[in-house]
Amino acid sequence: MAKGPNKEELSKLDYTLPSTEWMDTPVEFKPGTFCWGAKGKNLQTVEFPNARDWTPVEDDWKLPQEWEGTVLEAMADRLSKYRSFKLFMDICVRCGACADKCHFYIGSGDPKNMPVLRAELMRSVYRKYFTTPGKILGRLAGARELNVDVLKEWWYYFFQCTECRRCSVFCPYGIDQAEITMMGREFLNLLGLNTDWISGPVANCYMKGNHLGLEPHAIMNSIEGMIDDIETITGIRINPSFNRKGAEILFVTPSGDLFADPGTFTAMGYMMLFHELGLDYTWSTYASEGGNFGFFTSNEMAKRLNAKIYAEAKRLGVKYIIGGECGHMWRVLTQYMDTWNGPADFLEVPVSPITGTRFENSKSIKMIHVAEFTADLIKHGKLKLDPSRNDNLKLTYHDSCNVARGMGMMEEPRYIIKNVCNNFYEMPEDTIREKTFCCGSGTGLNASENMELRMRGGLPRANAVKYVHEKHGVNMLANICAIDRATLKASMEYWVPQVSVTGLHELVANALIMTGEKERETNLRGEPLPGKEGN
Amino acid sequence: MPTMDFQGKQIEVDDDGYLLNLDDWTKELAVELAKQDSIELTEAHWEVITFLRDYYKQYQIAPMIKILVKEIGKAMGPEKGNTKYLYELYPGGPAKQACRYAGLPKPTGCV
Repeated sequence: MAKGPNKEELSKLDYTLPSTEWMDTPVEFKPGTFCWGAKGKNLQTVEFPNARDWTPVEDDWKLPQEWEGTVLEAMADRLSKYRSFKLFMDICVRCGACADKCHFYIGSGDPKNMPVLRAELMRSVYRKYFTTPGKILGRLAGARELNVDVLKEWWYYFFQCTECRRCSVFCPYGIDQAEITMMGREFLNLLGLNTDWISGPVANCYMKGNHLGLEPHAIMNSIEGMIDDIETITGIRINPSFNRKGAEILFVTPSGDLFADPGTFTAMGYMMLFHELGLDYTWSTYASEGGNFGFFTSNEMAKRLNAKIYAEAKRLGVKYIIGGECGHMWRVLTQYMDTWNGPADFLEVPVSPITGTRFENSKSIKMIHVAEFTADLIKHGKLKLDPSRNDNLKLTYHDSCNVARGMGMMEEPRYIIKNVCNNFYEMPEDTIREKTFCCGSGTGLNASENMELRMRGGLPRANAVKYVHEKHGVNMLANICAIDRATLKASMEYWVPQVSVTGLHELVANALIMTGEKERETNLRGEPLPGKEGN
Repeated sequence: MPTMDFQGKQIEVDDDGYLLNLDDWTKELAVELAKQDSIELTEAHWEVITFLRDYYKQYQIAPMIKILVKEIGKAMGPEKGNTKYLYELYPGGPAKQACRYAGLPKPTGCV
């Protein structure tokens, strides 16, 4: 973070409340704490409303005529459509249990980042237009009118929530703050108030199949580069297939794994494992994105982008799908895909061809997580592993929010790590599993212009990493999410530079003894293996 | 959108100073962008810029640093195919800074 505050400055936190009431405290757009506005051309690509270039710091946001009506009509519509949204607008008793659970509140001290108050930004408007006390008593009943200042406040704070749902774990009513933020963003989306970092990937994904806009030959070129590296390291030339009809399995992973370190090492890991198993699988250059930035704009857009996964599975005639290490992808797949894009009755319930395990948990979506698949292989003794190849590492594991809280997968990654590494240390109990802290930059907040906010939001996670670094000498942070791999790298460089970041299957492939491999000298990163440093 | 004045023309750039239209790029503009960072473009700088532009023409995306290092090494020899050499040329990061001079957009997504 070249221009922003250093970590000493940033960790001086002041939790004093402003002297004015929250409704009378105007929002301040501090540089480094928000993303650039969407570009018109990207909104146009997906036919989003009010497509134009705009800048959040300018007074005039170029809003459409009658925008208030647009928002209120949409609110009425979603209130009738989503019972959860109506419930979450009504039932909060402001007990405050969530207040200090949010990484953005902990790292910024801004009371509007307390989940209860962030939700109140919207509830106040809901009360004014949709409840009798609010209509009659106004502010006395906690209600306020929707105006441009309120709208700007929504924009600032609904893009300071990563929908990680840690606060919901502590809420006695189970209010899902992510759904409130999702509604907030959905309404903003109707006015063209998107961010560049989200709308760019959405447009790319819609036109080219993935967030980065990788065309088929770019994907193949990137994977060929990985195959060269694998050959250098193991002496084995692997030969994956693309868009192959009749393959048993379609493999879908986030495009970050194909085009950014350390994700590329994770991708090499998948391919080495699948090669060793002789798995009958194919990549797709069309369903070339597991992630879904559409999910950070509106439910409808998420559904449109996600449709290609089943469409491609059907076209290729595969039996089922394996998905890679991604976070929000799994929330979308396990919570939404079946009703949005299903039923996938043309697919079969996934059965591991190696162990015969039938993944009943995936009976409806017909897609399994690669960590489930690998944990099952290890459990059945199907992999030859040499964990000492990872002996230079002291690991800890970051539960990616959406995988832990969104699909409930917590044991499999740990089971794998313990089988492929000898040194594993957990972070403190309050910061892992269902109470895991967000990386600080999920839901498309991982833009470089947003770096101060990201480092603030990343502080609680980094603090827990620092603890195990100091106590046990931890030097590597494992995770199973592409956004994590990109953002924790930046957060570690800033807060705990002694710790690097890795995906799970990089560790697996380092330990995996492959048939016919030469004696390995280096790990997947080209660094000497433990004991080979002098070579 | 911000613009920059260059040779009497208004050139559109994004908020981080990357060109919005690849076609606005000229060699003179690259020289000017580098000058703003107090960098004088040498033959060695141009090798990287030319490589980046060719790569972009073929793949519609700027290469990730690993590919850049590898390809430069292949084309120009191992003494140039390393991160240290590229960072010496482009202290702001070969991916970011060199791409900006080359007129390429920055990649977005899970990166």
